Amino acid sequence: MICEKCKKDEATVHLTQVVDDEVKKLHFCESCAKDSGVDTNGGSSITDFFLGSGDTPNPTAAVEVGQEVGQEVVALVCPHCNLSRVDFKKGGRLGCMHCYEIFSDELEPLVRAMHHADRHIGKRPSRLSKSVLMEEALFRLQEELVRAVAEENFEEAARLRDEISKHQETLSTVISDEDKGAIE
Amino acid sequence: MIDLDELLNRPSAWLTVEKESDIVVSSRIRLARNLRAFHFPGWGGEEACSQVWATLKPILTDVKAMPGCLSMEMNDINQLDKMVLFERHLISRELSEKGKGSGLVVALDEQMSVMVNEEDHLRIQVINPGLELIEAWERIDALDSEIEARVDYAYDPRLGYLTACPSNVGTGMRASVMVHVPALVLLEEISPIIKGLGKIGLAVRGLGGEGSDASGNMFQISNQITLGEEEMQVVGNLHEIVREIVEHEKNARKRLMQKKGIIVRDHVGRAYGILSNAHILSSKDALDMISGLRLGVDLGLLPGLTPSVLDELTLLIRPGHLQKIETKLLKVRERDVSRAKLVRSKLADIAK
Repeated sequence: MICEKCKKDEATVHLTQVVDDEVKKLHFCESCAKDSGVDTNGGSSITDFFLGSGDTPNPTAAVEVGQEVGQEVVALVCPHCNLSRVDFKKGGRLGCMHCYEIFSDELEPLVRAMHHADRHIGKRPSRLSKSVLMEEALFRLQEELVRAVAEENFEEAARLRDEISKHQETLSTVISDEDKGAIE
Repeated sequence: MIDLDELLNRPSAWLTVEKESDIVVSSRIRLARNLRAFHFPGWGGEEACSQVWATLKPILTDVKAMPGCLSMEMNDINQLDKMVLFERHLISRELSEKGKGSGLVVALDEQMSVMVNEEDHLRIQVINPGLELIEAWERIDALDSEIEARVDYAYDPRLGYLTACPSNVGTGMRASVMVHVPALVLLEEISPIIKGLGKIGLAVRGLGGEGSDASGNMFQISNQITLGEEEMQVVGNLHEIVREIVEHEKNARKRLMQKKGIIVRDHVGRAYGILSNAHILSSKDALDMISGLRLGVDLGLLPGLTPSVLDELTLLIRPGHLQKIETKLLKVRERDVSRAKLVRSKLADIAK
C-alpha cells in the first residue's frame, strides 16, 4: 500500500479516525506520519491522534483529517506568566500552573521519566473550582473515548468526540472567566 | 505569648519526648501546594510573594491544627535565628535566602509548620519522633484539608497538585525517616542497602538533607516518586522498608557484640571519655562520638543516658545553636571550644 500523503513510499502507519460520524482509515508512510504529529515510537496510539498528543484540551496539537495535516503551533512562552521554554530549561522550574499545559510536549516525557507514571492517584482537594470539575468530567469522557475506540465502537466514539469538543468550548470560556475573576 | 527567642532558646519540644525507637530518630512528611491565582514564588517576584503571604498568613495562623503558632517573614529574622531554624528542619536553605513575602508559620511544639513561598507557595510539614509515619500522614492530611477548605489550590485532574518543579507534581508529598545505623556502617553493610533503596525509588541522604554526608551514622530515607501512587501506599511502603532496615541494624548489632564485643565497648567508652573531657570538639567529631554514645545507650552500656538527651545534644552542638546559646557570632575555633564546653557540662550533669 502506498502512502496517501506523499504517494511515494510504502504506507507502514495505519490509523483509524472518526470524522463526521464516519470511520476513515488512514495509511501513511513513516515520515509523513511523523510530519502529521503521529509518534510512531510506541507511547502514541490512535487515541493520541484523537485527543492530540497533549494533556487535557490542547486543540493546537490535534490533527484534523481533511485539513492540511501537521500544522505547527509551538507555544514558546506561557501566555499566563511569560515564562519561556528557555527559562524553564535554565531553571528547571515552571512559572505558573498553566505552564504544565503550555509546555506539555516537553513535560510529559520528563514527568513520565521521573515518576514512571503519568496520572495522579490519591488525595484531591475537597473544594475545586468549576473549571477543574469540568476538566475532571472531560478527562472521564476522554477515557470513555479510549475505551470506545479500543472496542471498535466507532459510533459511540464519534458521539463522545462531539461531546468532548462541546465540553472543551465551554471549558475555555469558564477558564477565561475565572482568570478574570482570579479567586472566586 | 511566646516569641521566637523563647522558642529558639529551648530545644524542639518534640525532641525531648521519650520514645521507644532507638534506631529511628524521626519521621517527617511534607506537602507541596500552590494557589491557583498566583504565579509560582520563584517566578512571581517579591510583589506577588507579598500578596501570597498576605493571603496565607491570616489563614495559617487561624487553623485549628496549629493553635497559638508563630509567624515570621524572612526579612524580619536575623541570620543567626535563620541558622537555628534551619538546623531544626523548620526552614530550608532556599527559604532562608529569601526576604519579604516569604516566611514561616510554626506551631509551638515545632511538629507542624508551613514554609510560605519557598519553591512552592506552601510547604506544609509534620515531624514526629520515632517511626510514626502513618500518624504523621494523618496529621498533615488534616492540616492540609483545613487549609484547602479556605483557598483554591492549583490542581489538575490528571497531574494532581501542580508544583513549581515537575519532580513534586502529583501528591506533592515527600515522606522521610531519619535512622541511626552505626552497626551497619561499622560492618560495611550499608552501601548495598543504599544501592538497593535507590533501585526501588527511595533516596538516601545525610543528616543535613540534600548534599550532606552521613555524619554521626545518620541517614535520611525518603520517597522520590510523587505521581501514580497514593499517599498512604507511599507512606506504608516506606514504613515497611524502614522496619526492615531497623531489623538489619539490630541484627548487625547482635553480631557485632558477639564477635567484636570488646571493640564495641572500647568504641563506646572512648566516645564517652573524649566527650566528657575534651576542650576542643569539631562538629564532625562530636556527631560521630555522639553516635557512639547512642549505640552505647541502645546496647545498655551507658545507664543514665537516654536517646532523647542525645537527640538534644545533637541539635545543640550545631553551629547556629551554639552561637544562639552564646548569644554572639563565633569563629570556627571558638565554636569548637564552646561545643566541647557544652557537651562536657551536659554529660557532667547527667553523671551526678
